[in-house]
Amino acid sequence: MIAIIDYKAGNLTSVARAVTHLGFPCAVTRDAALIRRAERIIFPGVGAAGAAMSHLRQLGLDEVLTEQAAAGKPLLGICIGCQVVLDHSAENDTRCLGLVAGRVAAFPAGLTDENGRPLKIPHMGWNRIHIRRDHPILEGILPEDEFYFVHGYYPVPDDPADVLATSDYGLIFPTVIGRGHLVATQFHLEKSGRSGLRMLKNFCTWNPSAEA
Amino acid sequence: MLSKRIIPCLDVRDGRTTKGIRFRDNVDIGDPVAMARFYYEEGADEIVFYDITASHERRSIMIDVVRRVAETIFIPFSVGGGVRTLEDMREVLLAGAEKVSVNSAAVSHPDVIARGAEAFGSQCIVLGMDVKRVEQSAAIPSGYEVVINGGRTHTGLDALEWAQRAERLGAGEICLNSIDADGTQEGYELNLTALISTQVGIPVIASGGAGRPEHLRDVLTTGRADAALIASMVHFGSYTISAIKSYLSGCGIRVRRCR
Repeated sequence: MIAIIDYKAGNLTSVARAVTHLGFPCAVTRDAALIRRAERIIFPGVGAAGAAMSHLRQLGLDEVLTEQAAAGKPLLGICIGCQVVLDHSAENDTRCLGLVAGRVAAFPAGLTDENGRPLKIPHMGWNRIHIRRDHPILEGILPEDEFYFVHGYYPVPDDPADVLATSDYGLIFPTVIGRGHLVATQFHLEKSGRSGLRMLKNFCTWNPSAEA
Repeated sequence: MLSKRIIPCLDVRDGRTTKGIRFRDNVDIGDPVAMARFYYEEGADEIVFYDITASHERRSIMIDVVRRVAETIFIPFSVGGGVRTLEDMREVLLAGAEKVSVNSAAVSHPDVIARGAEAFGSQCIVLGMDVKRVEQSAAIPSGYEVVINGGRTHTGLDALEWAQRAERLGAGEICLNSIDADGTQEGYELNLTALISTQVGIPVIASGGAGRPEHLRDVLTTGRADAALIASMVHFGSYTISAIKSYLSGCGIRVRRCR
């Protein structure tokens, strides 16, 4: 069973629907016992980092996630779930989970496209990714594949080796990060058509222990 | 860089789509779920559902449609039409839509935008606006006025000022429909689209007037739109989304190629 962490961060049902569509049993839950029993964990979410972290702390899920990450359970963060795994977010000046060393930065003002026209923030819509490091979650992903993004902040791991893929929106920024048994995507896998479903399926079948 | 989005719009009344004459394969053209699936497979980047159900009691039918669509397609979709309150928004979003659009309700109660953005996040809240060309005046300096009731009622709001105000209130996106161009299939209102798109910091979806792929090319370049809404040109089978995207791609416009 895959536990999809429910921490009042919106749109959890769409992740559950996508996982169910792929044929994997899952539960949207905030029950620590169920999360501990799960074979893997998906940590989704939209919204602001400050609200996300305070909900996690109120529910005691910050400790459960930290403990489960340390235990080596496969963990997938999506969107805000890709940000709060780092140490700190510039959004609401938020201390985060610190599962991956690094910080979350805001898109700076004044970004322009190749014609010098201003780019709109948040970065919303379909964009490509550029794979920096092979990883089982990226298996079968092609350079022309695109993914659906909605965000004004992006993850910056300290260790460049934790950056699995980047995207370009006036600047090059990390969009898939991974360290050990944890992977996280800034974009919404569950809303990225077949390319996203492919990556989600890769996670659902990923066996990081077997690689070690 | 972001791809330009191509967004088919489905009108739904009492749980059934109201347009669509010639459809390939075995798609039930009256079934919004089947049509959404068809467009998803064809490479639509997003889908807009517009609920034109007249009676409020029948809204539960639309919510059921939203739920079934969410189980079927894995791209963002929005729902508009008859969304008036925070509770209407919550219902649609919980059923699985990414975004909800408000139109006339926002004109009479602009704070619904702010309250929706506060409760669900700006990315969920789309301002739908119907706009008509009028004489420039002190009240309507842009020469474009916001209208409601399908264009029958003038609001006295300047389209540009309204768009900017909606952005300040927290709208995450604007779906800009030209009443003058709507239904003509002779092309989008390029001046209007460029005017709004360059003066707000949120994405603008152009709507009204699409009849040929060239129209999309024009609105996505000259019109500076971030996305283009299409209806008849695909519903009636004159074009496929993949053919439109091939054409745009050939014009040097970046669009998402679907695998």
